[in-house]
Amino acid sequence: MSAHTESAGHGAHHHAHDDHEHHGHDDGASHGSLKEYTIGFVLSVILTAIPFWLVMGKVFDKSSTTALVVLGFAAVQIVVHMIYFLHMNTRSEGGWSMLALIFTLVLVVITLSGSLWVMFHMNANMMPMSVHEMKNMP
Amino acid sequence: MSNTATLSPNAQEPISFHVAEEHHVENGTLLGFWLYLMSDCLIFACLFAVYGVLGRSYAAGPSGADLFDLPLVALNTSMLLLSSITYGFAMLEMQKKHVRATLIWLGITGLFGAAFLGLELYEFAHLIHEGAGPQRSAFLSAFFTLVGTHGLHVTFGIIWLIVLMVQVGKLGLTNENKRRLMCLSMFWHFLDVVWIGVFTFVYLMGVLP
Repeated sequence: MSAHTESAGHGAHHHAHDDHEHHGHDDGASHGSLKEYTIGFVLSVILTAIPFWLVMGKVFDKSSTTALVVLGFAAVQIVVHMIYFLHMNTRSEGGWSMLALIFTLVLVVITLSGSLWVMFHMNANMMPMSVHEMKNMP
Repeated sequence: MSNTATLSPNAQEPISFHVAEEHHVENGTLLGFWLYLMSDCLIFACLFAVYGVLGRSYAAGPSGADLFDLPLVALNTSMLLLSSITYGFAMLEMQKKHVRATLIWLGITGLFGAAFLGLELYEFAHLIHEGAGPQRSAFLSAFFTLVGTHGLHVTFGIIWLIVLMVQVGKLGLTNENKRRLMCLSMFWHFLDVVWIGVFTFVYLMGVLP
């Protein structure tokens, strides 16, 4: 019985709260609609199917071309997911979530490109180790 | 405020104040959770960088082209993609305050997530059985760390999903539960975003000659 009244109480707060949300705050946070989710889903199915087809069907002769095209599709699909599933826009949370995202992207790009670049050069410029050196390794 | 005066006899007044105060915390929670996701993104960036550096160091062992089964990966990807859209449907039902429909869609999402995990564990078991375990080469160590970390996230996402289903079933769609569902929604869709990177960078580019 007490649980029942409690849930009823919560229900009442819902309405009061929602009113408050709609009138008082406009933080620009969108929670999506059926149309948004459907567009996002259809787009991501297409953007997933094409790269798989490109690789499995061996469409391009050069694998570097395939790699670049596939990476391009991945980048587009990540943007699609951000917009249609995660509802990112410049207004949500007063722009703070977008700022955090941009900051993170900068760090990700530095981490990835920096690691790959430095380690590729190390690989290219290091002399291969002789068996004798290997034995004396610490 | 006149509302709370009429509610006071049944001793629900303290809760009403509590919930009213919660509103500012709600915004804070979602932004805070977003910041957590961004730091999680950095973890994955480091693991992607490790895979990028070590991904072609086979130690005379099997390469990605020998090991990866792309149709299985495509099936796996579709499981995760479907779970993303069904979670979206759960969120839409949540906004309409349909408890039952929300729970059903959450359950379907959990099943797709479990199917994804099952396929991934099957793949891992198959690789280890073939002698291509994480200790075989630097490539496989990096592969198991990256994909395993993603799988671990999905596992915890499913546990969180089950806990939330119990909570929604018991307490209904209270503001707290709605906030938790929104956090899990961000987490779930974020895992899908990471998986885009995994299937592109690890699987598709891994089988290229």
